[in-house]
Amino acid sequence: MNWRVIIGIAKTHLFTKIKQTAIAALGVTFGIGSYIALVSFMTGLNGMLDDLILNKTPHVHIYNEIEPSKEQPIDIHEAYANTFNIVKSIKPKQTQRKIHNALPIIHNLSKNNDVIAAIPQLKTQIFYISGPIELGGNLSGIDIMKEVEFFNFKDYIVKGTPQDLLNSDVGILLGSGVASKMSLGIGDRVQIRTAVGTNFPLKVIGVFQSGIADLDNVQSFVNLRTAQKILGVPRNHITDINVKLHDIDKAFPLAKKIEGQFNLKAIDIKTANAQFETGTNIRNLITYAVSITLLIVAGFGIYNILNMLIYEKMNDIAILKATGFSGKDVQYIFLSQAMIIGFVGGILGLLIGYIISSIIDKIAFETEALPTITTYPVNFNVWFYLIGISFAMVSTFLAGYLPSRKARKIDPVRIIRGQ
Amino acid sequence: MILEAKNINKYFKKPVPFHVLKDINFTVDDGEFISIMGKSGCGKSTLLYILSTMDTDYDGQLYLKNELVTGKSRDSLSYIRNKHIGFVFQFHYLLSEFSVLENVMLPAKKLGEKSLKEIEKAAFEKLEILNIEKLAHKKASQISGGEKQRVAIARALINNPSIIMGDEPTGNLDSHNAENVFKIFKNLSEEQGLSLLIVTHDIDFANKTDRIIEMLDGRIIS
Ligand SMILES: Nc1ncnc2c1ncn2[C@@H]1O[C@H](COP(=O)(O)OP(=O)(O)OP(=O)(O)O)[C@@H](O)[C@H]1O
Ligand SMILES: [Mg+2]
Repeated sequence: MNWRVIIGIAKTHLFTKIKQTAIAALGVTFGIGSYIALVSFMTGLNGMLDDLILNKTPHVHIYNEIEPSKEQPIDIHEAYANTFNIVKSIKPKQTQRKIHNALPIIHNLSKNNDVIAAIPQLKTQIFYISGPIELGGNLSGIDIMKEVEFFNFKDYIVKGTPQDLLNSDVGILLGSGVASKMSLGIGDRVQIRTAVGTNFPLKVIGVFQSGIADLDNVQSFVNLRTAQKILGVPRNHITDINVKLHDIDKAFPLAKKIEGQFNLKAIDIKTANAQFETGTNIRNLITYAVSITLLIVAGFGIYNILNMLIYEKMNDIAILKATGFSGKDVQYIFLSQAMIIGFVGGILGLLIGYIISSIIDKIAFETEALPTITTYPVNFNVWFYLIGISFAMVSTFLAGYLPSRKARKIDPVRIIRGQ
Repeated sequence: MILEAKNINKYFKKPVPFHVLKDINFTVDDGEFISIMGKSGCGKSTLLYILSTMDTDYDGQLYLKNELVTGKSRDSLSYIRNKHIGFVFQFHYLLSEFSVLENVMLPAKKLGEKSLKEIEKAAFEKLEILNIEKLAHKKASQISGGEKQRVAIARALINNPSIIMGDEPTGNLDSHNAENVFKIFKNLSEEQGLSLLIVTHDIDFANKTDRIIEMLDGRIIS
C-alpha cells in the first residue's frame, strides 16, 4: 500500500472541493465542540454538586442513637418464651450520647487501609444568650485542622480563619444565621448556656456559612477541648466519629461492620444521600445523548458529501483503476478523505470546545449555598478531549465507509463506455 | 510473444442475450505494431477491455508474456495493468484537478519502484518525447484536446510497459495531430521495441502499421 500517493490524491480532491470539505468538517467541528463544551460544563456542575455533599458529609457517620432497646426483658425470660407479649410505651433507657471507648475505636479505624481519616466530634445542645434573648442551638466541638484537611471545612468559613479557632481556648465559630440574628461579629463576646444550666462566655473568632439556612441558624463550632470543658467531661468524651474513605463504595459494608462490631449506629453516605447519585447519572445521560445526536447529524453530513464526491469523481476512479490502482487503493483514497475531514473537523472542534468551556469558566456565578464558588464550574479533563477526537475519527470512518466501498466496487469499463 | 488470446468469447446478457466476441484467437509479438479495424459495434472496444485485464467477464484464456492472466485476483490484475500495460483511451482521460506532470507520475508512484526524484525525471523524459514538456506544470483541465491525448500517451509510457493499447487514440484529433501521434507510436515500437495494439477507424493510419487485424460481428476475419 502506497499511503503517500493515496493521501496525496485524497488531499487534492479535498482541496479542489474546499467548500464542501469545509462544510463537512464544520459539521464535525460543531458536533465535537458542543460535546466538549457540554460535557465539561455538565461534569463540572456534577462535580460541584457532588463535592457539595461528598466533601462536607462524612462517608460513614458513627454515633450513639438514643432509642428504646429492641429486646425487652420479657422477651428473654424462659417462662414467656411461647407466649405473645406486647409491651406498650417503651421508653429509652437513661444513657449518655457519648460513644464508649471512642478513642480505641478511632485508633482501630485509622489502622484500616480503606480509611483516610476518622475524626471525633462532640455534639451538644445549647442556648445562645444575648441580653434578654435566648436562642436554642447546637454546638459541636471539633478538631478544626482535621475538619479543614478532610472535609473542606475552610470553604464554609466566611469570616475569620481556622487558625484563629485553633489558637483560642474560648473561641467560637458562629453560624451566619446565629451571627446575624444576634448582631455579632468577630471579636464580640457571646454567652452560651448548657442543658444543665451552666453559663460559659465565649469570643466570636469567625462566622461560617454552609448554605443550608436551617443549619446556619443554629449551628456553631468550638474546639473539641473547649466543648469538653463547657460540658465538664473528660477528654475521651466523644459523641460522633466521622470517617472519610478512599473509596466511597466501601462506605456501606464498613458501616454495617461497625454496627455489628461496636453496637453503635453507623450511617453511610449513600444511604444518607440516596438522591444525589440519581441526579448525577441523569445529567450524564443527557450530556451523552445530546453529544451523540450531534455527532450522528455530522456523520450524515459527511456521508452525503462523500457520496456526492464519488459521483463527481467517477471518471477519476475509472482512470485510477485503469492505470493500475486497485479497488482497495481507491477505497482508501475516499476513506482517507473522510478521516482527514474527521481529524481536521475534530481538532477544530476540540479547540472550539475548549474556548467555549473557558468562556463558561469565566462567567460569574454566585450563590449563597457555595461561598467558595465565583464562576460556573467547568471540568477541564483531558479524557474528554481524547474521547472527542476518537469519537470524531470513528464517526467519520463509519460515515465514509459505505461510500468508499461503493468507489471500490465501481467497474471502470462501465464508466469508460459511458463516455 | 507479449500477448496471446485463446478462444475468447464474450456474452452480454442484458438487455438481450448477445454473443459479442466469438472465438477470438491471435498473438502479439515483441515490438509488433498492430492495428485493429472493423465496423462500429463489431466489438473492438469490448475486446480491448478484456485484453487490458479491466474486463474479467469472458470465456477463454489470455496470456501476457506467456503467463496466464485469466482468473487472477483483481489485485494482481491491477498490478499487471500498472506494470505491463499502458492504456490510451479514445477520450483524453486525465485527472483534471492534477497537473500534467502529476498525471504522468501517478502510475509510477503507485508502482513505487523508483524514488520520487527518479519518477519526476522519467516523467519529464516522456513529456519531452511527446514534445509537451512545457506543459508540465499546467492543470490537466487547462490544455487542448491534442495536448491531452499526448499527456495520456506519456502516462501510458511512464512505467515502461510491455505493451500499449489504444482505443481510437487519434479518433478526435485533427489529421496533423493524428500524424504526430502515429509517428510517436512508430518511434516507440522501432526504437524501444514496444508492442502496440491500436484500435482505429483511420485506414491511412492502419496501413502504416505492421499488421491489421480486421473484425466483423465479433469475429476476426483477417
Ligand atoms: N454493456 C453492454 N451491454 C450490452 N451490450 C453492449 C454493452 N457494451 C457494448 N455492447 C454492444 O456490444 C457491441 C460491441 O460494442 P463495442 O463497444 O465493443 O463496439 P466497437 O467495435 O468498439 O464500436 P465503435 O467502433 O463504435 O467504438 C455493440 O453492438 C454494443 O451495442
Ligand atoms: Mg469502440
